[in-house]
Order: sequence, then C-alpha cells, then structure tokens
Amino acid sequence: MASMSASRPATETLASKAPTDWSGPAMTARIKGRYRSEFVFKYAGLAALVVAALFLVFLLFTIVRDGASGFRSTDVKVTVTYDPTILGIDQAAAKGPGGKQLIEQGNFQGLLTTADTGLGVGTNVVSEGAWLVLREAVIADPSLLGKTATLWVPTRSNFDLLAKGKFDLDAADEARGVNDADIAAYRQLESRGLLKTGFNWTFLTSADSTTPELAGIWGAAKGSLLTLLVTLVLSFPVGIFAAIYLEEFAPKNRWTDMVEVSINNLAAVPSIIFGLLGLAVFLNFLNMPRSAPIVGGLTLALMTFPVIVIAGRVAIKAVPPSIRDAALGVGASPVQVVFQHVLPLALPGILTGTIIGMARALGETAPLLLIGMRAFVTEIPSGLSNPATALPVQVFLWSDDVARGFVEKTSAAIIVLLIFLMLMNSVAIYLRNRFERRW
Amino acid sequence: MADLNAGSVVAARNAADVVTTKMTARNVNVYYGAKQALKDVSIDVSQENVTAFIGPSGCGKSTFLRCMNRMNDTVASARVEGEIKLDGEDIYKGGMDVVQLRARVGMVFQKPNPFPKSIYDNVAYGPRIHGLAATKADMDAIVEGSLRRAGLWDEAKDRLGESGTAMSGGQQQRLCIARAIAVDPEVILMDEPCSALDPIATAKIEELIDELRGRYAIVIVTHNMQQAARVSQKTAFFHLGTMVEYGDTSMIFTNPSEPRTKDYITGRYG
Ligand SMILES: Nc1ncnc2c1ncn2[C@@H]1O[C@H](COP(=O)(O)OP(=O)(O)OP(=O)(O)O)[C@@H](O)[C@H]1O
Ligand SMILES: [Mg+2]
Repeated sequence: MASMSASRPATETLASKAPTDWSGPAMTARIKGRYRSEFVFKYAGLAALVVAALFLVFLLFTIVRDGASGFRSTDVKVTVTYDPTILGIDQAAAKGPGGKQLIEQGNFQGLLTTADTGLGVGTNVVSEGAWLVLREAVIADPSLLGKTATLWVPTRSNFDLLAKGKFDLDAADEARGVNDADIAAYRQLESRGLLKTGFNWTFLTSADSTTPELAGIWGAAKGSLLTLLVTLVLSFPVGIFAAIYLEEFAPKNRWTDMVEVSINNLAAVPSIIFGLLGLAVFLNFLNMPRSAPIVGGLTLALMTFPVIVIAGRVAIKAVPPSIRDAALGVGASPVQVVFQHVLPLALPGILTGTIIGMARALGETAPLLLIGMRAFVTEIPSGLSNPATALPVQVFLWSDDVARGFVEKTSAAIIVLLIFLMLMNSVAIYLRNRFERRW
Repeated sequence: MADLNAGSVVAARNAADVVTTKMTARNVNVYYGAKQALKDVSIDVSQENVTAFIGPSGCGKSTFLRCMNRMNDTVASARVEGEIKLDGEDIYKGGMDVVQLRARVGMVFQKPNPFPKSIYDNVAYGPRIHGLAATKADMDAIVEGSLRRAGLWDEAKDRLGESGTAMSGGQQQRLCIARAIAVDPEVILMDEPCSALDPIATAKIEELIDELRGRYAIVIVTHNMQQAARVSQKTAFFHLGTMVEYGDTSMIFTNPSEPRTKDYITGRYG
C-alpha cells in the first residue's frame, strides 16, 4: 500500500547512484580505523582487568601474610603437681558424686601462680587462661589429684609472638615491644624444647577476651550467623512478596510510583541511618535487648529488604511476557501464573540478589555499633536475645586494641569474614546454576 | 502451491447451511493509549465454520483476536469499547470470570511460546490446573491425544521429558497448539499458527483445523491467502483498523464487493 508506492522512487535513485566502492582508499581507511578502535578497546579492558586483579592479589596477600599466624598458637610444656591443699579440693570427695562441681571450684589459678611449674625461667610464661587446661585435665581424670603431671598450656602472647618471629629483635629496646627478660626466657625454653607452635583451636572455638592468646572468633561468627538468620527470615519473604506485588499486581498509578521511588531511595540510604532507626525504634521504643542478634537482624533486614525488592523486580521483569500470555491463555489465574511460571523463572535472579544483599549485611558494621553490638562479649551467644557481636565489629574492635597480639588476630578475623563471604557467594552461584532454565 | 492463483481460489468446502453463532462482536473499538487500533468492528463467529481474519500487517487482526478472550487485559494501555459476547454472554461485563473465559476460549499465539518445562508438562499444564484428568492414565491419554492431533506425537513420543523450548520453531508451534486443545476449549483462536512451519507441518495443521471444525469454533489469522481459502468458510478482511468486508470465503476470494479487498487478495498491496 502506501509503503509500496513510496519505495518505488527510492529504487530509482538507488539505480542511478554509483555503486559503493568497497576497496577504495576512503573505505579502507574507515575499516582500518574500526579495527584500531576495536584493538584499543580490547586492550584497555584487559588492562583494567589486570589492575583490578593486582589490587585483589595485593589485598589478599597482605591479609593472609598478617593473618595466617593468627591461626597458630604457641604452647609451653609445664610440670605441675595437683596439690589438693592449694587447690582446696577434698581428694576423697572429688572422686564421689558431685566431684565435678567440686573440681570446677578448685583454685587452679592459684596453683599455677604459686606452685613450681618446672620452667625455672623467672618470668611468667604461661597465659592467664592456662589454668583452664589444668582444670579440664583434672575433670577428665580426677585421679590426677595429688599427682604430678606434664602438659601443654598456652603461653602468654609475647612468647607466642616471639615463637612466630613477630618481634624485630635487632631493634632498639623501646621499639622492640618486648623486654629482655622475656627474650632470655624464650631462648632458654626454646633450647630446652619446651615450646611448640601448632594450630590454634582456641581461636576458632572461643569468644572475645582481653588477652590475645585467649581471644577467639567463634563468638563473633555465631553472632553474625544468628543476626543474618534473622535478616534472611524477615527480608527474603517480605522482599519477594513486595517485588511480586509491585511487578505483577499493583495498579500503575501515582501511589505505586511513589512506593517504587521510596524503595529505590531506601536502598541508597547510608547504613548508619538504619542503625539510628534501629536504636530509636527497637531499643528505645520497643525496649528490645541491647547487643542482641535479634535487634541486629531486624536492623539489617530493613537495609536488605530494598535490595531484595529491587533484585526481585528486575528478575521478574526479565521473565518474557510471552510465558505469562501462554499460561493465561490456557486459563491459569494470575496467582498461578506468578507462582507456577514467573517465580520459578525469576528465582535464580532473586536468589543472587538476595545473597548479594546478605553479603552486604554480613559486612555491615556501622548500624550494629549503634545498637550496641560492639559490646565486649566473652560468652558465645546461644540465642537470639543473648548479647553478641558480629564479625566485622570484632575486626573493628580488635584493630583498635593496643595489645600487640591482636594485630594478627585482626587479620585472621578478616580471613574468617572473607571465607564466610566466599561461601555465601558460592551458594549464590550454586543456586543460580541449579535453578537456571533457558527458554 | 505456486499454481494457485489467489484470485481464483475457491474455498474447499462451502459454508455450513445451518449455523449457530458462538461469538458476536458489536461496534468494538480498541485503543492503545490515545491511538485507536480498531474501529467499529462487528462480526459473528459461528460454531460450524472456520473464520479467517486476513489483512495487511498492523491492521489489528491480533488485537481483535486478543479481545475475544480478554488477553488484552494484560496490556495496561489497551482499552476496549463495544460488546463481545460468548454464547450470548457479554465477556466484558463486570463480574465476568476471565480465568474461566480463557479456558473456554483458547489461544495459539503468533510467536511460539512453550513453557520452559518438559513437553509432557507443557501439554498437561492446562488440564492439570482445571482438574480435567482424574488419574495419571487419564492425563497420559490427554497428552497423547493432544500431541497426536497437533501432528507432533511421532516426533515427541520418545522425548516427552525434554524441555519444550529445545524443539524447533515449528515443533514448538505445534506443541502450543497441542497445549491449547488439551484444555478442550469451546473456541480456539489461532494467530498465524503456521507462520513458522514448513509446508508439511502446515498441511498437518490445516488437516487438524479441518478435523476440529464443528467441534470447536475456530478463528484463524493468516497472511497466507491460499491457507485462508483452504481452511476457512468465512473470511473477514481487515484494513487500517476497520473490518472492510466479511462473508463466505468463496465470495471474498472470487467476488469481493469492496475494491480494497480485491486489491489485497490479488496482491496489489500487503
Ligand atoms: N501492546 C501494544 N501497545 C501499543 N500499540 C500496539 C500494541 N499492540 C499492537 N499495537 C498497535 O496496534 C495496531 C494493530 O496491531 P496488531 O498486532 O493487531 O496487528 P496485526 O494485524 O496482528 O499485524 P501482523 O499481521 O503484523 O501481526 C498496530 O498499529 C500496532 O502498532
Ligand atoms: Mg498479529
């Protein structure tokens, strides 16, 4: 019709036009120019990638270099006599029923400070927490009472650091960070073979402590896990349902536009604001417990929710409309279309977005500081309302600590945090591949 | 096919003498936003005859088809005025059960759109949500029957568990047809069902349409004049959003009363 008659004169001008010279100098130059820009673009991209990779390698290298030793600790071999009078334990009663409680109340701390430990170096070598090892040994075998035994107990942080070569022994006295007596004692014990450095189980199984050699990451890790659990349970379903409603059911009007803009803005709000909100609402208004994973999780859920909504909407939008038409066309109801067709196809995208949001929540420090999760917690949290701290907050606290032994703990904690993040990302990749479907 | 001169083709079968009207449209106007896509379309679709919609691209055939099972509800900007009735019941009246309507008025889309599920599940989906099969054996029978009627059984029977999207374009379209007839609707709307098919598959679909005629009221959109002439007994010619002419296929193809229809059928434009 109209297009046909309009195309006729076009054909005529095409015929009268000179044919395109594909090998002429102008065309050759143009093609060369295109190849050149392709070359530049390709190598600029490659260079950017290499720079990024170098930064990453540098970061990982320094953290691993500083942090790897945090996973090792030094023990010293002591010989102790479990003197019942110093311990204040009645030997006979300890073997009877209720003996365990009796032993637990024993003065093992006093035993370690007063009794001879067979080291004979004049300075205090064993850690403040070493008595716990003695107590465990006696609880395990009450017949040890009154006998003499040798066992390995943790050393003070300075000896641990000396064993790992963390002190520059050639430096001037003040700059060395360790006194001559300790160095002399270390050398002596070392030559007698009374020191050994091995894997630091304490670090992986205990909570924070004022002494570096007793401080562990598990308390903070568990705090983070509990917090993220609350975050996930709250923000995932709410986020998905909000995304589904906005994308599939909400009428398109000024109100939904406003909701959409608000959610997008919410995702960009600095996290510390959410911390203030959590402080005002959950702690001050609702009187929820301070420093608790439940409050941390609620606060982080506020922050993660918009991320999940946005990721969910993008994923839902990416489902081809023809699939909806197909399902509607055989008489599926809108809810069936959403749950039987759209959601399964959008799930990989939603899950990826969720895990990205969760990873961000895992690394979040500022809002947790405000709701009190920076407290010094030496107990491993066992429930959602126990006081707890979180991994990034623990990194922050240790990096602030003056004790030299915390330097490597800080880096070691960062390694643990990074491992958690990598695990979450692997889960994201696994889930994405698992649920991915092509059409 | 080449020897068929569109102008002289006569419909293979004549229109049925006794017709029951299945769907009626009166003064239908459709707007996409401010743009009017259909103007004052009125038409009767009968149970016994296959109705073909022909017309140049963009004239509103798909739009009208989508109005007949309210698929246009999913287009936010679309607005439908006028009256469309199924068995005398206005499908645009308030309180109309749209889900039920779409089960009764099935649709095969212009572009093949199988679900990214197995071939079996593609066909079984409709019967399953409507509870048409009591047992697994019933369902198997429905799936096999639908695939057979869509001419796909021989190709699909050994790969029922494979994804429907892994099939060729033509197979996908036949799968979509099988999916539509599996629900056992009363009306089937087909939007260019053969545009992705080779002549053999096309012939199968045309046979299928012929077989289904009478049992279902069928509306088919096609750009292929020969096809319209072969499968339909009634033809409506659309042009620029209006329905120019509607009548017996044999009349439209041999003796159209409108010059525009004549021009289109004889290939003067389109
Ligand atoms: N979703 C939509 N939004 C806006 N305009 C639309 C939409 N769908 C169709 N149109 C317009 O409505 C008019 C009719 O389109 P329609 O798809 O019904 O044409 P058609 O006759 O089916 O064409 P074809 O033979 O190419 O499939 C066209 O001008 C088209 O641009
Ligand atoms: Mg169309």
